[in-house]
Amino acid sequence: MNPIVILKSVSFSYGGPPVLEEVNLAVEEGEFLGLVGPNGSGKSTLLKILLGLLEPSSGQAEVLGGTPAQARGAIGYVPQFAAFPHDFPISAGEVVLQGRLGHVRLLGGYRAEDREIAKQALLETYVWDLKDQPIGSLSGGQLQRVLLARALATQPKLLILDEPTASIDPRAEEDIFDLLKKLKSRMTILVVSHDIGFISQYVTRIACLNRKLVCHTTSALTGEMIQQLYGSPVHMIRHTHEVKG
Amino acid sequence: MSAFFHALASQDFLQIAFIGGLLASIACGVMGSYVVVKRMSFLAGGIAHAVLGGMGVAYFFGKSPISSAIVAALVAAWVIGWVSLRWRQTADTIIAALWSVGMAVGVIFISMTPGYNVDLMSYLFGNILMIPRTDLYIMATLDGLIMLAVLMFYQQFLTVCFDEEFARLRGLPVDFFYLLLLTLVALTVVVLIQVVGLILVIALLTLPAAIAAQYLRRLAPIMILATILGMLFTSGGLALSYTPDLPAGATIILVAGTTYLVSLLVTGFAQRRRC
Repeated sequence: MNPIVILKSVSFSYGGPPVLEEVNLAVEEGEFLGLVGPNGSGKSTLLKILLGLLEPSSGQAEVLGGTPAQARGAIGYVPQFAAFPHDFPISAGEVVLQGRLGHVRLLGGYRAEDREIAKQALLETYVWDLKDQPIGSLSGGQLQRVLLARALATQPKLLILDEPTASIDPRAEEDIFDLLKKLKSRMTILVVSHDIGFISQYVTRIACLNRKLVCHTTSALTGEMIQQLYGSPVHMIRHTHEVKG
Repeated sequence: MSAFFHALASQDFLQIAFIGGLLASIACGVMGSYVVVKRMSFLAGGIAHAVLGGMGVAYFFGKSPISSAIVAALVAAWVIGWVSLRWRQTADTIIAALWSVGMAVGVIFISMTPGYNVDLMSYLFGNILMIPRTDLYIMATLDGLIMLAVLMFYQQFLTVCFDEEFARLRGLPVDFFYLLLLTLVALTVVVLIQVVGLILVIALLTLPAAIAAQYLRRLAPIMILATILGMLFTSGGLALSYTPDLPAGATIILVAGTTYLVSLLVTGFAQRRRC
C-alpha cells in the first residue's frame, strides 16, 4: 500500500486560535475515506490545504508525492456550494467540459478527445440527457451530479468532495454515494460529511475531525463509538461558541 | 423618418455616424455580455468615468482625444483590476474613488484649457455626428482586437467568469485572464464613448446583453443577440433623433432603456403566467 495523502502534524490558524492542531493523516491509494466533524471543526480548511489553496502554519502536507499545489492537476474537486450564480448562461455539458481545461492548450477550444472524456463523465453520472440544459434549470441533486461529472472529466487520481449532499434530498444523496461506491475501484476518494451514520455504510474508513484528528476504521465502528465520537465534538463546539460569544 | 433615410443616403457625416454605431454595437454586444454575466458593471463604470481624466489632459495639451482615451482606459482597467484582485473587501470603495477622481482631473484640465468648453459635453454625452472618419478605423481595429481575443480565449473567459475557484484549481492563470477581460472592457468603453459619451457607456454596455440574457441561456448566442440589439438601438436612436434634432447619444440610450423595461415586463408577465 502506498499513501497518496500524507499530513504530518499539520496546524493552521487564520490568525486567531488554531483551526487545525497537529493533524496526522495518511490516506492509502484506493481508500474511500470519510472525513466527518461538526461545523467549524476545520474540515473545509483541511480540504483547502490538500488543494494547495492554503499553506499549513506548521507541519507538512504531501499529496501524490509532491506539494498539494503540484498535485492539483490530478485532484478532482467537488465544492460544497456552487460558487456561481444560478442564472449563469451555461449548459451542463459546457460545465463538465471545463474539467478538461487544464489539459487543453492555453489557446483555443476543446479537442474531440476532450469532448469524448466529458461525454463519458456525463454518462457515468447519469446526466448525459441533461447536457444541453441550462444549469439554472437543474435540481440540487442533478447539479451535484454535474459537478461530480466535471471533477471526473479531469481524470483525477484523487477525488475530493466537500459535503456533496448538504443541500439535496436523501434519495439524491443515496444516488451520489452509490456512484462514489462504483468509482472507488478507480480512484482514491475523500469525502467530507457531517452525517457519520449515513456515510459509514459506504466508506472504508472514517476520520473524525474537530481541530484534532481521531481515526477509526468502519469495521471497528460500533454504535457506542459513534456516540462517543459525536458526544465529545458536540461538547467542544458548545465550548468554542461560548469562547467566541 | 423618411427625411432621415434621405439624409443618410446623401450626407457623409450621417453615414459615418451610422457606421460608428454599428461598429460600437459589436464591441458592446460581445464585451457587454461578459460585463452582465460576471456582474462587473460597476468596474466598467469606474473605467469609463476615469477616462475623462485622460481626455481632459489630452485636451489641455492639444493631443488626440481618442488615443489618450485608450491610454487612460487601459491604465484605469489595470489599476481597477489589480485593486479588485488584491483587496477584494475594499475594491468597491477604491473603484468609487477612481471613478470620481478621474472625472475631477478631467474637469480641471478642461477648465484650464482656454476657449469655449463645448467639448466637455461631447465627452460626457458623446457626439456620434461629429466622429472623424479616422476614428472609424480606430473603432474597427479595436473591434477586431476584441473579437480576436474572444475567439482565442472563449472557453477560458467562460470558465473564469463562471467559477473562478475551479479555474484556479485547474491551473488556469485566472488573474491574467481577468485582467485581459478588463482590458477588453476598457477598449470597448473607448469605442462606446465615441457614440454615447462616457456617462451613458454603462447603459449601452449592459442593456443589450441584459435583454438578450432574458431569452437565451448560452453565452455565445447572448453575444450575437446583444450585438444585433445594439445595432438596432444605435441606428434606431440615430434615426429618431434626426428630425426633432435631439441629442443622438441620449436618444439611443432612451430607446435601449425603454426596450429593456418592456422586455422586463413581458418576461416577468410570462413567468407569472407559467407559475
